[in-house]
Order: sequence, then C-alpha cells, then structure tokens
Amino acid sequence: MSDFTFLAGPGVKALYDMNLIRRFEQRLGRYSEEGLIRGSTHPAVGMEAVAVGVSMALEPQDSIASNHRGHGHCLARGADPARLLMEIFGRAGGYSRGKGGSMHVGIRELGILGTNGIVGAGIGLATGAALAHRLRGTDGVAVAYFGDGAINQGVFHESLNLASIWKLPLVLVCENNRYAQSAALSDMVVDDRLERRAAPFGVPATTVDGMDVEAVHDAARTATSRARKGLGPELIVAETYRFLGHMVGDTEIYRDEAEVEQWLKRDPLTELSERLIAAMVLSRSQVRDIDTDAVNAVDAAERLAGLEPFPEAAEAVENVYEVTR
Amino acid sequence: MNVRQTTVWRALNTALHDAMREDERVFVMGEDITKWGTGGGIYGVTRKLVDEFGEERVRATPISEEAIVAAGVGAAMLGLRPVVELMYSDFTLLAMDGIVNQAAKAHYMFGGQFSVPMVLRTNGGAGIGKAGQHSQSLETLFAHIPGLEVVLPTTADDAYGLLRASIKTENPTIFLEHKALYTTKGPVTGEILPLGVPAVRRTGTDVTVVGTQQGVLRSLAAAERLSDAGVSAEVVDLRGLYPLDLDPVFDSVRRTRRLAVVHEACGPYGFGGEIVSRVVEACWSELDEAPVRVTAARSPIPYSEVLENAVVPQVDDVVRAVLALVGDRHAVSGA
Repeated sequence: MSDFTFLAGPGVKALYDMNLIRRFEQRLGRYSEEGLIRGSTHPAVGMEAVAVGVSMALEPQDSIASNHRGHGHCLARGADPARLLMEIFGRAGGYSRGKGGSMHVGIRELGILGTNGIVGAGIGLATGAALAHRLRGTDGVAVAYFGDGAINQGVFHESLNLASIWKLPLVLVCENNRYAQSAALSDMVVDDRLERRAAPFGVPATTVDGMDVEAVHDAARTATSRARKGLGPELIVAETYRFLGHMVGDTEIYRDEAEVEQWLKRDPLTELSERLIAAMVLSRSQVRDIDTDAVNAVDAAERLAGLEPFPEAAEAVENVYEVTR
Repeated sequence: MNVRQTTVWRALNTALHDAMREDERVFVMGEDITKWGTGGGIYGVTRKLVDEFGEERVRATPISEEAIVAAGVGAAMLGLRPVVELMYSDFTLLAMDGIVNQAAKAHYMFGGQFSVPMVLRTNGGAGIGKAGQHSQSLETLFAHIPGLEVVLPTTADDAYGLLRASIKTENPTIFLEHKALYTTKGPVTGEILPLGVPAVRRTGTDVTVVGTQQGVLRSLAAAERLSDAGVSAEVVDLRGLYPLDLDPVFDSVRRTRRLAVVHEACGPYGFGGEIVSRVVEACWSELDEAPVRVTAARSPIPYSEVLENAVVPQVDDVVRAVLALVGDRHAVSGA
C-alpha cells in the first residue's frame, strides 16, 4: 500500500529518475547498430525501480559498487547522462575518459567505485568501502549491486561472512532478474529463495518487489539505517525482470515470450505513474511531462556525447601507474 | 646513523609499526596475524601490532582470500592504505580477481580517478620443505600485469626500506617476501628505499650475475668460490621486478661483457627471459657470450629435501653456469 508522504515527496523525483534510466537504456540498441558503441552493453530496462529506490536511501558520503548492468545505478546516484553516454561512446569527456566504457564507469565524486565486468566483484569492493567508512569513523554505508548470477560466486559468501563478523555498514542489493545471462535461476540453484543465503552468516535479509520503487526504498532505508547504526550488513533481494535481453544483440532463446509479456504488465514506471495519479499527486499530463523531460535530457546527452571528441591515442598508456607524490 | 643487525622478519615488523604510527590510514589484515605463535603471524611479521594499534587496525580475518583482497582494494579506493597479508603466495591464486581485475586496473579503467595504494604482503620461494602449494615463486605472474608493482626484498635493510616505500606508493604493490630468509640477519639503516633500483651486492669484472632473494645469496656464495678460481663475478640484486631501472645491470654488463640470471621460478617464461632480452637489446655489441639463465626445472616444488634441491638452483649450479660462460681459461677445483 502506498504512502502518500512517499508519493508526494520522493515519488515524483523517483518517477523522473526511472524515466531517465528507461529512456537512456532504450537507446543503446540503436547506438550499437549505428556503431557508436563497441563491446558489450547491458541495459537495465525493467529494473529501474531497484536502482532508484536504493539510491533515494543514500547520503552523499555513501559508496556504491555496481556491476555490468550499471548505467541505472549511476544515473540514479546522480550521474550526468552526458558524461555517462560519452563514456559508453568511448569519448574523451566520459567519466573514465574513454578507458572504461559501459562496464567500467567510475565516478569518484558520487562515491561510485565503478560498474564492473566481473559480476560479483562489486560485493568485495563494497565490503572494503564499508570497512573504510568504519575505520574512518564516518556513518557512511556501502552498497553492492549484483544479480542472481553473482550470488553463486565465492566472493558473495566470503564477503557476507566477513562483513557480518565485523558488522560492517554494507547493504547487499541482489537484483534478481531470474536470468544469469541465459541461465535461468531455477536451473542454477536448488532453493530460489535467495534471501535464505544470508541467514547462515547471521545477516538479516528481506525480499522485496523490485518493480515497486516504494517497497525497494523502504527496504533500503531500513538496511542503511541499521548499517549506519553499526548493526551490520543486510541483504535485500529485489525481485525484478529485465525487459530487454542480457546485452544488446541477445537472441533471448532461453525465455518464453509469454513470460516476458507477464512481466511487462508489471512495468515499474507504469505502476508508479498510476499510483501518483490515483493519489492525485500528479495528473496524467504531468506524468507525460516528466517523461518528456527525461527524453529531453537524454536528447541533450546524446547531442553532447556525439559531439565529444575521442581521446588522443597517446592517452592509451597514461594512468597505468600513478606517480607517487 | 645507528646501524644495528636484525632479522628480516623483525625489520618487516618494525616497518609496519613505523608506518602505522606515521600514517593513520595504514591498517593490516590477514589470516592468523594476531594470535599465532608469539602473536604475529606464522613468521612473526605482525607481532605485537595488535597490542599497540588495536583490533580495528590489525584485523585477523577468516580464511577468505578473495574477500580479504577485494576488501583491501575497496578500502584503498576510499583512500586507506591497507597492508593485506596472505599467508603464502600460493594463496594469492584464490584472490586473483581482486589483484588482477580490480586492484591493477582501477586507476587506469576509471581514467585516473581512483588509486589503489594497497600492499599485498606474502611470501614465496622454496627451501624449507613446504612442497608444491606453499613454495612457489610466482613473481613473474604479477610482474606481467600492467598496474601492479612487484617488490622482492632480500636483506633486512631492503625488508624495512622497501616495505615502507611500498606502503607509500599510490599503486597496488605485491610485496613478496622469501620464506627461507625471514631469520637471516643484516644491518638496518631505517631508511625508506626507492622502489625499482637494483643493488650491486658484490663488484666484479668477469661476469654479471643478476638475481633476486635466494638467487642473490646463492650467487654471492658462488662468487666466493669463483673468486678462488680467479673468476671475478659481479652480483646484482634486482630487489623487485616492477618498477625496475635496469641501467645498473646494463652498466655492469658493459664492463663484464657476460650475463647470467638466476631465479627460483622455473625457466620458461620466467623473468630471466625478460632480463636477458632487455640486456641483449641494450648491450648487444658489448656482449662476449650469449647470456645464460640458471633457473628451477619446469616442475612443481617437491617435498623431499634431495628433490627440492634438485629442482631449485643451488650454489653449485650457479658456479657451473658461470664457469661455462667464462670459458675454459678458468678452472675451479671442486666445482
């Protein structure tokens, strides 16, 4: 059940952020066809509510570590869509100066320790960031975003244990979109109630409807406030779905169209929009305006990114090592 | 300068104490680093750190190499200076994602925004019967990865000075101690040494012998015997593989006109190949003979002492190789 305070406050901003991610991610396929993107690009269409719901619970001093499907995590945390797109286009003005691309977007000023090409690696990095917050005596927390595939990597289990014995301010956000690339979760685990993996480590866990931004936000607020109080890590399993393939070019032979259709009915943007309208926070035309604003923002980002020059070839061997001051 | 004799392990221990006193950002973590033996890891290097700095900054960890290293990387990206200990270098193989995919690349892949000033302390090398999974020499594995620094201390003075320097650099550093050298003694000046500068351990005129750690000590012993036979060997300790300024090696080879490289890792694709290649590129016309490598056999490290000694290059092996290199004009009794 929706809370009016949420809808009238963060709910409107959440709708904009979710639209921004949606509009941004929807264009990646075309950019790829046009040759603007090289390599692998993983859109998070359908999963917007998780990134946005979690980000709204974060403070400026907090850290996040993301994964290969990370544009949404960055945008929800306040990344400039133009600089993000420049990175995906391999341009000089990209956050990582064209050296990282989609899978290696780091944004230091936003506490983003990178999207990552290794699906579970962010869990380990976020554990270390949480340790750093603890050792510095701040109340910062670290969030790791990862999928249902990463939950089968050793680093998940090792980090969960480490963070638990040390009561680190860590929030683990498992975006369970039911497929690890082409592998259905049900084929790769015996018990698909992933939150049960936390109990053996003494870590509380909760499963939330990942299509409901308010539910995600509530869970993230609970977990971050526990973490800030020094009560240790928490696992949030957000049940979600990716509306597009694993990556641009995915043939999607591993899932039924009927299943996709079922999930499309749970579009997180539609759900939030309808609630905002029902609560009379926004009119239908205001909802459309918010989407238009998002489209305009992505248009502007696209223009800027398209005009941005490529890096100089000589930069290729810069930043391998840092000169010690 | 008050120069005193101390063991390698104690020099390392002092370096950690000094670094932690000087810089609040330095903390250490690893398996069994507070309560084993006399209270400081299996070779004593972290002894009494927890008494002075407490359990927040001296963190005994579960046996979770991947998580420990990854946590070190994440903490370093936020500006701390973790010194992570893995009990044996063989165990780094459980943590390769953190080392190779994360630590080594974070500065580069994010366009210079982040640094990873983490030191990964561990020990390699054979010689004390630890067999196949506790005796490997993996330095070349790390030296091959862009973004990593690889430091190989031999003496107690190196141990102190190079560890202090490794903690101070902004780059991730693999600090590979040698398990057979922890109890060897030497003078410690207490100076912080620059990384990447080889040390000439013995001067000579007939041949340049280059090595690291046990390879250096065995080459020095070999040089004594060669000297009896009238062969003057110069011994150069690389003290690390990256960064590495090879000018002292080039200068030496230009004088001696002969090169031998000694290492404990197996020969094929070992660092000897790289050193030989660089010397040939820089000093081709000044070489009188083709350089030689004195390396371990392409074999895992065996347990039984007779087998271990057969695999890893010994003093005799260095003597034989150098004699072959300098030719028949020298004859050594008993070699």
